[in-house]
Amino acid sequence: MGQTPFIARAVVGMIILGIDTATDAVSVALHDGDVVLASSEIRSDRQHAEALTPMIDFVCKQASIELWDVGGIAVDIGPGLFTGMRVGIASAQAIAQVIDVSIIPVTSLDILAAAVQTNSEVIASVVDARRSEVYWSLYRMSDGKLKQVGKPQIGSPEMCAVDVLDRGQSTLLVGTGAQKHETEFRERLNPVLPGLEFADDKYSMPLASTLVEIAHERALRGEWVLVDEVVPMYLRAPDAEINWATRSAQ
Amino acid sequence: MIRVDEATVVLGIESSCDETAAAVVMGGNDVLSSVVATQIEQHARFGGVVPEIASRAHVEAMTPVIRKAISDSGVGFERIDAVAATVGPGLVGALLVGVSAAKSIALALNKPFIGVNHLEAHLYAALLDDPHVEFPMLVVLVSGGNTLLVNMESHGKYSIVGQTIDDAAGEAFDKVARFLGLGHPGGPAIDREAKLGNAQAIEFPRAMLHDGFDVSFSGLKTAVVNYVRKYPSISTQDVAASFQTAVVDVLVAKSVKAAQHVGAKTVALGGGVAANSLLRQQMTAMCAQHGWRLVLPSMAMCTDNAAMIASAGWYRLLQDGPSALSMGAMPNLKLTDRTTA
Ligand SMILES: [Zn+2]
Repeated sequence: MGQTPFIARAVVGMIILGIDTATDAVSVALHDGDVVLASSEIRSDRQHAEALTPMIDFVCKQASIELWDVGGIAVDIGPGLFTGMRVGIASAQAIAQVIDVSIIPVTSLDILAAAVQTNSEVIASVVDARRSEVYWSLYRMSDGKLKQVGKPQIGSPEMCAVDVLDRGQSTLLVGTGAQKHETEFRERLNPVLPGLEFADDKYSMPLASTLVEIAHERALRGEWVLVDEVVPMYLRAPDAEINWATRSAQ
Repeated sequence: MIRVDEATVVLGIESSCDETAAAVVMGGNDVLSSVVATQIEQHARFGGVVPEIASRAHVEAMTPVIRKAISDSGVGFERIDAVAATVGPGLVGALLVGVSAAKSIALALNKPFIGVNHLEAHLYAALLDDPHVEFPMLVVLVSGGNTLLVNMESHGKYSIVGQTIDDAAGEAFDKVARFLGLGHPGGPAIDREAKLGNAQAIEFPRAMLHDGFDVSFSGLKTAVVNYVRKYPSISTQDVAASFQTAVVDVLVAKSVKAAQHVGAKTVALGGGVAANSLLRQQMTAMCAQHGWRLVLPSMAMCTDNAAMIASAGWYRLLQDGPSALSMGAMPNLKLTDRTTA
């Protein structure tokens, strides 16, 4: 089941279910190509699995649809909270398998960048990776479209700041990592960059309402993956493997 | 009310430790399919299960494992009447993968979800091949995480008669195997080596043998370590054989006491250590001697699998009804804790 991507299937008017559990927020949204039909979000306090399934049920009921009416599923694949990401990905895959649809994977960094409005030339999505590190990626607007510049990375806020400085353009920082390390970013960037902005707190977590909008654009471009091909974006190896590699190298 | 009968088909999902498993079981005991993807190799070089590696592997394996369980069963998703998953005990990040998948499938199918206690499922593993046993049944549940002597009075009614006060039996096997350089998992390695050794070579202690129903293996493990350090030229096979015999002697002696205490009609083995060849032989002999019927799960049902989850789920659904879709993982769940309404 679910082995054929249905690129040929009508995308216009297709209902996409979006699931985002990659940070402390849990959110679900339904989009029909024109508008968000229904959405719900909460701060989960590490209760992703408890909150998610009832929320999917609730959002479907709000929109008066059955899961079988859904034509594709979009999911935030991280980077972010490993446990949270996995709850969302496992749920998305399970539903997709049953209703026999494909998946549109979107990174948390893409979602953050797409949610904000700005006149800055560059948007830096910065997600807290704990242990004094952040995940980040840079974007710039080109012909009214958001374009990712550079691959998603993990490192210290300092490394992230250096990356931002390298572009040397006015920048908006968004995300839990930007929020957490705002002081450090300001100290490093303010004196040198032509413009530095921080997004409002309400944009600091990726949300499914933005995810489904991105997903619809990608669906039109045929950017589906098969259910089995969804790959979580961890960016950080498990500790045991890091320690193993360090030990082996000595 | 949900109708639960011989024709009720349950999809079971297991992800509490290092096996990703899915199974389709009809009527509580008729296993239509059982698929297990083991992660043993991914953890082997670390000498034990690494939680983050386990969680990642569960996400990777879950979809194909479920797909295979459905396709092997010969029935489609549309024939599934309920979805059961292990909610605990186990590694929280690992459990959440299976729980999330199971709840989502239940929601998509508009069928009940059943949160299953992994320990209870191990009790049901024994009944999969042999469902019509007479209660009370003493279940000797021996695995890497547990050593429990359980009095199963009827379906869903258990009391713990005895348990380990320190290491689980499987844990002792793993630790001794690692110490002897036999690798991970330790149970099969010790079993293999022991067949080539002399079980009478070393007289290891049998802790608390005449003392209540509880067991202790920590002292035995220390005794093995001390002995080998003192006599480094001793044959590993003799150590493995003597150690294994000490563990089995204790388990069998305690099982006899517990079975007599509860007036058991049936004795069943469960858990990974139930695959140990010496334990199976000794339990067989012991039960024959006392006139108790012995239920030995097949080797595949000793270790973690989802058929036992689906089976336990069927009995739970029959007795208590479904669990809430707001249920999460319960890493510290006890055998006697409830998971349904
Ligand atoms: Zn187990």
